[in-house]
Amino acid sequence: MLTDIAVLGAGMHPWGKWGRSFVAYGVAAARAALADAGLDWREVPSVVGADTVRGGYPGYVAGASFARALGWQGARVTSVYAACASGAQAIGTARAQILAGLADVVLVVGADAAPKGFFAPAGGERPDDPDWLRFRVLGATNPAYFGLYARRRMALYGDTPEDFARVKVKNAAAGALNPLARYRKAVSADDVAASPVVADPLRLLDICATSDGGAALVLSSMAFARRHGHPDPVRIRAVSTVTPEYPRTVLDLPDIATDAMVGHGVADRPFRPFRASIARAAYEEAGIGPEDLSLAEVYDLSTALELEWYEDLGLCPAGHGAALVRNGVTALGGRVPVNPSGGLASFGEAVPAQAIAQVCELTWQLRGAAGDRQVPGARAGITANQGLFGHGSAVVAVR
Amino acid sequence: MTRARRPVVPGWFTDDTDPDGAFRLLGTRCTACAAVFFPREDDGCRNPYCPGGGELAETPLSRRGRVWSYTDGRYRPPAPYVSDPDTPWEPYTLVAVELAAEGMVVLGQAAPGVRPSELAVGAEVELVPGVLHEDAEHVWTTWHWRPVATDAREAAC
Repeated sequence: MLTDIAVLGAGMHPWGKWGRSFVAYGVAAARAALADAGLDWREVPSVVGADTVRGGYPGYVAGASFARALGWQGARVTSVYAACASGAQAIGTARAQILAGLADVVLVVGADAAPKGFFAPAGGERPDDPDWLRFRVLGATNPAYFGLYARRRMALYGDTPEDFARVKVKNAAAGALNPLARYRKAVSADDVAASPVVADPLRLLDICATSDGGAALVLSSMAFARRHGHPDPVRIRAVSTVTPEYPRTVLDLPDIATDAMVGHGVADRPFRPFRASIARAAYEEAGIGPEDLSLAEVYDLSTALELEWYEDLGLCPAGHGAALVRNGVTALGGRVPVNPSGGLASFGEAVPAQAIAQVCELTWQLRGAAGDRQVPGARAGITANQGLFGHGSAVVAVR
Repeated sequence: MTRARRPVVPGWFTDDTDPDGAFRLLGTRCTACAAVFFPREDDGCRNPYCPGGGELAETPLSRRGRVWSYTDGRYRPPAPYVSDPDTPWEPYTLVAVELAAEGMVVLGQAAPGVRPSELAVGAEVELVPGVLHEDAEHVWTTWHWRPVATDAREAAC
């Protein structure tokens, strides 16, 4: 197929709190991905880095920072920042270069060294920045938004805190099988219930931690893959990087208000929630639907948000997400496991790395190389993520 | 000596010393397509279906709405939220309120003392002036959402 590209290599630095530079994590992940691909760094004509704002100047030019640490060899370089969607946009950029014939193989790297506690906006007095304003005026942290979504699900659909806890229990059970995850202990519903409330109704174990981590992929054209001894590689078939459609009616980070439903031309348009449109764009590009999925990796920034993704990915109708986790449909061994890696619940957030890490997991699952957490016979998977400010992406990979 | 009252962001709401019930959030409305923006949009209409040629005029938003959702903050948020690290943390409640006339949801802190247990999705709330924090020179003012009391609701019918 014309739009397919190959995943030749996938690699990660284990996630945790290691106290090193984000560059060190990225380079470790890159070397692992290159080794997995059987390629020498000097053979790679393009590198795309997903930026971290917490890395200061080197983080803003992550592509060059990783290239320098791996050893300057003259590669084409790109740096991409899109908050939580940075990694997916880095993959999208690499794919565009490959499909355009600008490079036949591209190294994609994302890594972060995240601070403990709440993410906060950049410093200074900056009242022209909506992200700064939501903290100054409202104290609205990221978990506050997750709490709003969770409480609304309870009111609309009858979800319970016990349903949310089931997501954590499921993801922790998968993460316990993943040697790259930060948290590798089983968690019980009682553990979740005993953890302190952060933002009503969500508790500490309902919300993902911040972490250090790195992830990398070696992507290539199908012709390059065949020439280099990869006759049947995992293929990326779609990368969606869509923006929302006006009016955006769900209050989203970092906004203080939604768009209005009044205005010329607005009432005549179908209502398209943003998260669902992210997945729909990927399905349309890949020519598959939710019924074709073997697995999915989604941003479980909170347990309740994972239930929302089930619905946005089309795994079930709106309001039925909790039933899937109650019935084990999305657990390992279920019909369509979600976050078999353990998800952000087990990894924590290393912002520019996590969307790349999701595709690493799809790659290992589609190769049948995911060890104890393997989804049997996996043929197709989707990833989904969402960052600040109308950034959202999904990647479809097939075998 | 009284400290000067200053809005936490200039231009987002009316004078908080106006008589009871007159306090309003201020947005802008496009004169060409009737789209409403809050916080105020002054650079240009963001409705892609707007026929164009309009202006963005200041408009007060509805005083009352219904709870879209709510939560609270049990841990002290990071700067630039202003709080005294030497005093015990007092959780605040956040309310997202659906304004029917504008068809939009506006987030705000609840009036002091309002706990999540007193709120419900769909319940009616009203806008009231509030104080975000105080320092040596200023009382920094903001908006709060407050549940509408039963008798007031009856009076409004």
